[in-house]
Amino acid sequence: MSGMVGGIQAYHGAELYELSPATREPKWARYTILGLSLTFFAIFLLMPLLAVFVEALRKGWDVYWQAITNPDTGAAIRLTLLAAAIAIPLNVVFGVAAAWCISKFEFRGKQLLITLIDLPFSVSPVVAGLVYVLVFGAHGWFGEWLSEHNIKIIFAVPGIVLATIFVTFPFVARELIPLMQAQGTDAEEAAVSLGASGWQTFWRVTLPSIKWGLLYGVILCNARAMGEFGAVSVVSGHLRGQTTTLPLHVEILYNEYQFAAAFAVASLLALLALVTLGIKLFIEWKSA
Amino acid sequence: MSFKPARRRALVVALAIGLSSLAGLVSAAELKLKNVSYDPTRELYAEFNPAFSKYWQEKTGNTVTIDQSHGGSGKQARALLDGLDGDVATLALGYDIDVLAEKGDLLPKNWQTLLPDNSTPYTSTIVFLVRKGNPKAIKDWPDLGRDGVEVVTPNPKTSGGARWNYLAAWGYALKQPGGNEETAKAFVKKIFDNVRVLDTGARGSTTTFTQREVGDVLITWENEAYLVLNELGKDDYEIVTPSLSILAEPPVAVVKKYADQHGTAELAKAYLEYLYSPVGQDIVGKHFFRPRNAEALKKYQAQFGKVKLFTLKEVFGDWAKAQQTHFSDGGTFDQIKIVQGLKLN
Repeated sequence: MSGMVGGIQAYHGAELYELSPATREPKWARYTILGLSLTFFAIFLLMPLLAVFVEALRKGWDVYWQAITNPDTGAAIRLTLLAAAIAIPLNVVFGVAAAWCISKFEFRGKQLLITLIDLPFSVSPVVAGLVYVLVFGAHGWFGEWLSEHNIKIIFAVPGIVLATIFVTFPFVARELIPLMQAQGTDAEEAAVSLGASGWQTFWRVTLPSIKWGLLYGVILCNARAMGEFGAVSVVSGHLRGQTTTLPLHVEILYNEYQFAAAFAVASLLALLALVTLGIKLFIEWKSA
Repeated sequence: MSFKPARRRALVVALAIGLSSLAGLVSAAELKLKNVSYDPTRELYAEFNPAFSKYWQEKTGNTVTIDQSHGGSGKQARALLDGLDGDVATLALGYDIDVLAEKGDLLPKNWQTLLPDNSTPYTSTIVFLVRKGNPKAIKDWPDLGRDGVEVVTPNPKTSGGARWNYLAAWGYALKQPGGNEETAKAFVKKIFDNVRVLDTGARGSTTTFTQREVGDVLITWENEAYLVLNELGKDDYEIVTPSLSILAEPPVAVVKKYADQHGTAELAKAYLEYLYSPVGQDIVGKHFFRPRNAEALKKYQAQFGKVKLFTLKEVFGDWAKAQQTHFSDGGTFDQIKIVQGLKLN
C-alpha cells in the first residue's frame, strides 16, 4: 500500500515538473527526442526481431515445423538445455557464496576477488575457448593424461559445459554483491544474537531478502548460457547432432544455404529471449 | 536431505534400471564413425553417408551412424591435431593431412599410398562465379587482375580451397609464353590487389559473394559454383570456366590413431573405399565433383565446362614444397600482401 502512495506522489512530482515553464522543454524538442528514440528502437531492435520471424516463415509453416522438429535441432536444444542446467546451479552456489563472503565479511584480497569475478566479462569468449583447448587439447597440459584415460573434454559435451560455465560465471555474484552490501549485516547480527545458527541465519534471514535479486541473476545467466557462441564454437568441433548448441546449429544451417531453417532455429532463440524479458519484467514488478 | 528407507530403495531400483538400460544400448551393434571434412562437401556427405549405412547394414547387419564436422580445411586439421577424434579425415588438400602425420603422429606418413588414385576418390578444379550476364566480361584469369574488378576468395592461410585458387592462378601465369616465377608473382599480385574480402573458408566466401553481394567474381571450387547455381538460382549467377586451371585433388584418409582408439579402423577403411564404388562415384558426380571412375565420369562429363588441367605435381612438385614456397610465413603470399600494404600507405 505504501508503495502505491509513493507511486502516486512520484507521478504528481513529474506532472509538476512538466507544468513548470522553467523546466519544460519546447514542444518541438520533446517530439524530436521522442521521435529519435522511437526510430532507433524500431530500426535497431524491433526490425531485426521481426526480420528473424519473417525470414523463418518465408517458406511457410511446413519448412518452419520441419526445421524445429529435425533430430539435429532436437539434439542442439537438448545440449543447450543441458549446458544451461549444469551452469546455472553451479553459478547460484558460487554466486551466493562469493556475494556472502564479500558483503558480510572483511578480509584481505577482497578487492582482488571482486576483480577476478569480473574476468569472464572482460576476456573475449574466443580467448576463453582457446584457453580450454590449450589446457585440455591433445597437445595441451593434460592432453596426454586425458587421452590415456580415454576422457574427452574438448570437442565433446564437457568442453561445451565448461565454456558455458566460464562465460556465465559472474552473473549471479554481480547481481547479489551490490544488493547484499546495501542491506548490510544488521539483520544477520540480530539473528545470531538471538541464537540462530549460521545455516538458520542464511535460510531464514539472508535468502528471503535476496531471492528476487538471485532470480534475476539466474535469468541473465540462463540467457547468456543459451545464447553463447564464441567460446562454445572454439571447443565444439561442430559435430552435427553431437556437439552443436542452438547458436552453432543456426550457423551450420546458414552455411548450408538452408536460410529459412536457420532463421526458424534462430526464432527459437529469439522466443527464448522474449520469454526471458517477460520473466525479468515480472521479477522487477514483484520485487519493486 | 534424508530419504525414508522405502523411498531410498525405490531410488536404488530406479537407478539400477537406468544403468542397465544404458549398458544395453552399448552392447547393441550400433557403430559410430566421425568424418572431419572441409567446407564444400556438406551436401556430398549428407547423401553419401546414408548410402554407406545402408550398404553396411546389408553387408554386416550392423547399423552405422556417421557424424559430420565441416569447416575450413586448415582449421579442421588444427582441430584434429588438438584432439577432435575423427575416424576419417576428408580434407581439401594433401598438406593438411601431411600435417596430421608429421605434427600429430595421427596416421602413417605414407597415408597417400593406402588408397587408390593418391587417396583422392574425387577431383575438382577452380572456376569463376560471376553475376548474371557477366557485366564485367570476365573470361579468363587475366581479367581478374584488371582495374575495377572486385574479386572474392577465401584466405590461403586458413582455407584449402583458397590455396588451390592461388596455385591455379600462379600455374596459369607460369604456363603463358615467357612465364617465370617473377611474372607469375606479379600476375597473382594483381589479382590479390583486387580482393576486397578474405574469408576463412570457401563457404564463407560464397556467402559473402551471394548473400552480402560483395564483388564481381568469386574464385571457387567447381563443385561449389554448381551448388550455388542449383541452390540459389540460375537467374542470378553464371559460371565462367577459365581456359586453364589446376586439377584439385582433395584427399581422404583413415586417422589411424583415433580409429584404433575407437576400434573402427576396418569400418573407416570400408567407408572410404565405398567412395570409390560405383554407388559412391555416382553420388560424387551428382554433387559436381569429378569422379575418378571412367564410367561415372562419362555420365557426368557433360555438366562440366571444358578446361585444360595441370596437376600440382607437374608445376609445384608436392604440397610440402608448395606450402613452403607460397603459404609459409614470409612465402610469396605474404610478400604480395606486404607490397600491397606499402602501396596503400
